[in-house]
Amino acid sequence: MTTTASTTPAGTPEPSAEGLGAGEPLLAVEDLTVRFPTYDGLVQAVTGLSYRLEQGSTLGIVGESGSGKSVSSMAVLGLHDAKRTQMSGSIRLAGKEIVGMSESRLMRIRGKEAAMIFQDPLSALHPFFTVGKQLAEAYLVHNHVSRKVARKRAVEMLDRVGIPQAKNRVDDYPHQFSGGMRQRVMIAMALINDPRLLIADEPTTALDVTVQAQILDLLQELQRDFNSAIVIITHDLGVVAEMADDVLVMYAGRCVEYGPCKEILTHPEMPYTWGLLSSVPDISAAADARLIPIRGNPPSLLNPPTGCPFHPRCDHTDKVPGDLCATQLPELSAASTGGVHIKRCHLANPEEIYFTEILPEIAPDLAEELSGTTGAEEGGTSR
Amino acid sequence: MTETVSDSAAKTQGAAGKPEHILEVTNLRKYFPVKSSGLIRRTVGHVQAVDGVSFAVPRGQTLGLVGESGCGKSTTGRLVTRLYDPTSGSMRFEGREIGGLNRRQMMPFRQEIQMIFQDPYSSLNPRHTVGTIVGTPMRVHKSVPKDKVLPRVRELLALVGLNPEHYNRYPNEFSGGQRQRIGIARALSLAPKLLVADEPVSALDVSIQAQVVNLLEDLQKEMDISFLFIAHDLAVIRHFCPEIAVMYLGKIVEIGERETVYNHPHHPYTQALISAAPDVKQAAIGGRRERIRLEGDVPSPINPPSGCRFRTRCSLAQDICAKVEPPLLQIGPKHKVACHFAGELGHHPSQPVTMELLGIDAQGSPVPGKQATDVGNEPGYDSTWYDVRTGRPAGA
Repeated sequence: MTTTASTTPAGTPEPSAEGLGAGEPLLAVEDLTVRFPTYDGLVQAVTGLSYRLEQGSTLGIVGESGSGKSVSSMAVLGLHDAKRTQMSGSIRLAGKEIVGMSESRLMRIRGKEAAMIFQDPLSALHPFFTVGKQLAEAYLVHNHVSRKVARKRAVEMLDRVGIPQAKNRVDDYPHQFSGGMRQRVMIAMALINDPRLLIADEPTTALDVTVQAQILDLLQELQRDFNSAIVIITHDLGVVAEMADDVLVMYAGRCVEYGPCKEILTHPEMPYTWGLLSSVPDISAAADARLIPIRGNPPSLLNPPTGCPFHPRCDHTDKVPGDLCATQLPELSAASTGGVHIKRCHLANPEEIYFTEILPEIAPDLAEELSGTTGAEEGGTSR
Repeated sequence: MTETVSDSAAKTQGAAGKPEHILEVTNLRKYFPVKSSGLIRRTVGHVQAVDGVSFAVPRGQTLGLVGESGCGKSTTGRLVTRLYDPTSGSMRFEGREIGGLNRRQMMPFRQEIQMIFQDPYSSLNPRHTVGTIVGTPMRVHKSVPKDKVLPRVRELLALVGLNPEHYNRYPNEFSGGQRQRIGIARALSLAPKLLVADEPVSALDVSIQAQVVNLLEDLQKEMDISFLFIAHDLAVIRHFCPEIAVMYLGKIVEIGERETVYNHPHHPYTQALISAAPDVKQAAIGGRRERIRLEGDVPSPINPPSGCRFRTRCSLAQDICAKVEPPLLQIGPKHKVACHFAGELGHHPSQPVTMELLGIDAQGSPVPGKQATDVGNEPGYDSTWYDVRTGRPAGA
């Protein structure tokens, strides 16, 4: 595997460079690029991704299927087969470089320093072994203890994640649990070694809303208790809004917007983020408001569009001089609100467009409320 | 059969003294037998997937069915399309009973009731071209002369926003959203009057969901189709359906108009469900709604709890809830709730509202000499209702 250190560090400004302590953050991803050679060509799954995550905080990664959000997170655990993957850049987890690390050293990190919760608990749990056995195995791998102790720890963890009668349920098989309970088992397994980083890959997508609420509450509670950092991967902006401190919006394998959660949701400056906000029906919005979909389809990562990857679906390319959108990839630059919010877009005055054109369409009442405070004029609906 | 799928045909029929509701379902039940293992497979129990639901779909309108997995909403959809045979109950389509019809008698109705499936990957035959997939219903029902099928297929593809020249392609050449459009074109090919859409957008990416929802809205307006829209996503349901039924464990617990159900839910389950839905715009402006936590899981439909099925997870549950099943009581002009303690959040009554009607006392024991009135089994709404605040009948 090629492990080139980031060759163009100047090209990608470090996100959230301000406001950091002197110490290194728990997780620092720098200019990560992941590519898979296939018969059809090179799949550019992730390109030039950088982010940081502090102990005890939560990062939400948002994007459609195929935007590289899962691939980038699997790279953090070193889960890509080195023979079939071209990886470059750097992932530093608690001071250790993950890219290029040997399998035996990775084994010591997986489950101990960082653990993952998968989307579908039924296929992530082994159907042939009891959940107690699977939980104990995760503990035995990293701790030199007897089976009895490991089993006790398994019961303790099941109890901790809210499975009633943990002592009896520990000998049950995964199919004897309901969907929400299985996800709790997955969380218990991920947390059994007190990892400092927890990656939750669409942890609630397969679950019902009331169960989803239980699981999100549980994750927040456990985060407070264990002070672990969480990367939550989802396509549901509602989940991000409730969970995340920071949000990273991905499109076609690249970061297109990154910043504090509230900033991103209230002052998004990238048309793709606008599209995400306007195409989701909202439980508190006017019921008869028409949804504004993003036209077209997500691009193929075999042959991503030139220039800005979003330009074939973007409604605002006419506001950029020339054909800049189609020819030149916009750099990640600071948003007009400044600070730690960065976006990848050529638009000169995205904030103005958002408040005059986008917000009145997706939340008219909110736009009216804000129009006084921001000084932006109430614009007509141009689309 | 008219050549175009214009709305005129449906409308003129609708004016000719047809019932107000295109579909009326009364006390519908579906029990799936559970067989024991071994050589002689005896029936050891029943999954009570749908247990006595009654609702009506207004002509040209949409009724939304919402609930968590296993609540019976998909089974209801499949009963209405007669993919399953109902165990008991009646389904009246345009005033004619379709519940007990056999395969041949059902044929003419199949043209009028069509279905859109959840998964656009498994619901299209990968070895058939799009033209075959969309054209087959017309060939089976001989609704269009053989030489007119292809032009009609191209017309339908254009209608759902696909390139009409792509009729020769295979499903794998299309993306998820486009495949769902093919499924919609197939459902429209016989110009149905009722479309059962079973989670039509939940398998699609967020940015594509809006495209399909908008397409369905346009088609409804253009062709005057009635929808039974089944989904678990509360926001999608609220967006698409003016009338909503909330299901829990095989029963409808609350049914009513969109504004009533979402802004003034009276059933504790509906209240919990709505509070659990994550909300982008609320969180964006810093506000956060109080979330009602439901403990535990949905009980097994093989052996559901006695009385009210929600009582095992309900914070209001009392003795009466275990003894007497709450009827689907009409409490507003277009609002029905199945709860002994129906009331707005924080204003639930201390005495069961159903005492008088069922002839029982506050603990659920029958009061001697009082008759129980039969309520809640009729589809649609009455002109009078029971006001939970005053405790008296009310109405126009």
